Amino acid sequence: MSIRATITTQFEQVAVEQERTLASLADDLKLIDCGLDSLSFAIIVARLEDALGVDPFSSDQAVDFPVTFGDFVRLYERFAK
Amino acid sequence: MPSKPRSLWESITAAGTRAGRLYGAGATVNLADLSRASSFGGRLQELRGRSVLLGVKDPLRASLAMLELDGVAARMVLCPADLAAAHLTAVARNAAADACVGDAGGAATTLDSLRVRVDVDPQLSVPQGPRVTSHATEWVLLTSGTTGIPKLVQHDLTTLTDALTDARPVSEPIVWGTFYDIRRYGGLQIFLRAVHSGSLVPADPGEAVPVFLARARAAGVTHISGTPSHWRKVLMSGAASMIAPSYVRLSGEIADQAVLDALRAAYPQAIVAHAFASTEAGVAFEVRDGLAGFPSSFIDAPGARVRLTVAGDTLHVRSGGNAHGYLGADAASFARGSDGAVDTGDLVEERAGRYHFLGRQGGIINVGGLKVYPEEIEAVINSHPWVRMSLVRAKRNPITGAVVIADVVLADEAPGATRPAAERLSRELIQSCRQSLAPYKVPATIRVVPGLEVSASGKLVRPNA
Repeated sequence: MSIRATITTQFEQVAVEQERTLASLADDLKLIDCGLDSLSFAIIVARLEDALGVDPFSSDQAVDFPVTFGDFVRLYERFAK
Repeated sequence: MPSKPRSLWESITAAGTRAGRLYGAGATVNLADLSRASSFGGRLQELRGRSVLLGVKDPLRASLAMLELDGVAARMVLCPADLAAAHLTAVARNAAADACVGDAGGAATTLDSLRVRVDVDPQLSVPQGPRVTSHATEWVLLTSGTTGIPKLVQHDLTTLTDALTDARPVSEPIVWGTFYDIRRYGGLQIFLRAVHSGSLVPADPGEAVPVFLARARAAGVTHISGTPSHWRKVLMSGAASMIAPSYVRLSGEIADQAVLDALRAAYPQAIVAHAFASTEAGVAFEVRDGLAGFPSSFIDAPGARVRLTVAGDTLHVRSGGNAHGYLGADAASFARGSDGAVDTGDLVEERAGRYHFLGRQGGIINVGGLKVYPEEIEAVINSHPWVRMSLVRAKRNPITGAVVIADVVLADEAPGATRPAAERLSRELIQSCRQSLAPYKVPATIRVVPGLEVSASGKLVRPNA
């Protein structure tokens, strides 16, 4: 599964678990508008670390906090390589 | 000090022909034989009036040394089998130890600074004259924190036996088995009960569950105690049916409903009791109704021998079983309230006429500013039929500071019971947590692991605990 597909699956699964309505995941969708709360994001980051083996946010390198869904995917694509 | 010291030896003498046996892994000793011979090879008198470090590995040797030293030594410091060698020197210094008792493999063999060094041998030798009680021995137990130098908790025979009733059984002999290290408070309580009213089969450090249960069966074990983690190991070993005790006791960790129910099913003939005790507070109570937690009527009960209160959400205990304090430099940190009660640091919450333990004050996980008690989540996970034990811990998280994650150990497959795939079970567990817990308490991930580390004191090893 591609990194993008893995991330998309996690967003969808966590939205179902947290009983939240997820917006359509386009690259220009602002994360703040996607329908998930901060606990949902916390869970997604924890699960992606298990699935992809990286947590870009706790790396030594400075990261720009992603604003859009596209930013989020590119951040993981950069670190998972 | 009391003017009339009484000693363990006087207790054995009082038992007369009913005095029991100590069943070690390599030898068995009749307690009555100690009236004629000694495990110290004629050197007991050298230890009279001294501050003695008991650094013995073998539980049988430790039992013999405690029996012979009480009333003889001025102070006896009980070093558990797993005491880190790095802490031994500090413990000896804080206790002003001037003698040590050891055996091959015991911690004391590494100390050469002490003047008197005596070995203890279960092959009793050298005729022993009448035993003279000259001291009200101070018993010093070590706290079991996983980090830092252990604190030295001061007791004596009076505080340690506060929860024991004097009545000896007249019918069946009692044979106690314990998974605990008898040098720690929980195990020492069982040792003292056994000496007062029967025999003892202590588990050896690192002894496999089926091996110990075979020894316990051979000795005719009737009463047996351990932590919930010990008991989960028994239930996982497939060897639980090797014994048929009439009394099963849990203490030292929170007994959740799942482990109580599993023990009731495994030992339908037994009383399954869970007790609360701590090295500092002593024995607080025992619950025999098979339900997790304890009745609210225990709190502020008028006229109770053990006075229980809840203050600042933690359980406080005041009784004759309270320790006197910490020895040495830690003295000021002993958590005693203005009413003299000992603060256990164990958080409790009342729900529907019953108090439930939430966890340790220091074990709280903070998820986005909300408090999570790992034990509360573990109790939910452990109620799943395929789960044997679980550990909930914090995982650092860039968004909420931390999230909770869980490691679970599953039960073995049995004929006719096929275990679902790990991935499906993880989803099921998350689902059942969502049904009974607030969203921030639901583990972000649940991982199936082959085993979880249980410390030598029988407790689940918690990171940062």
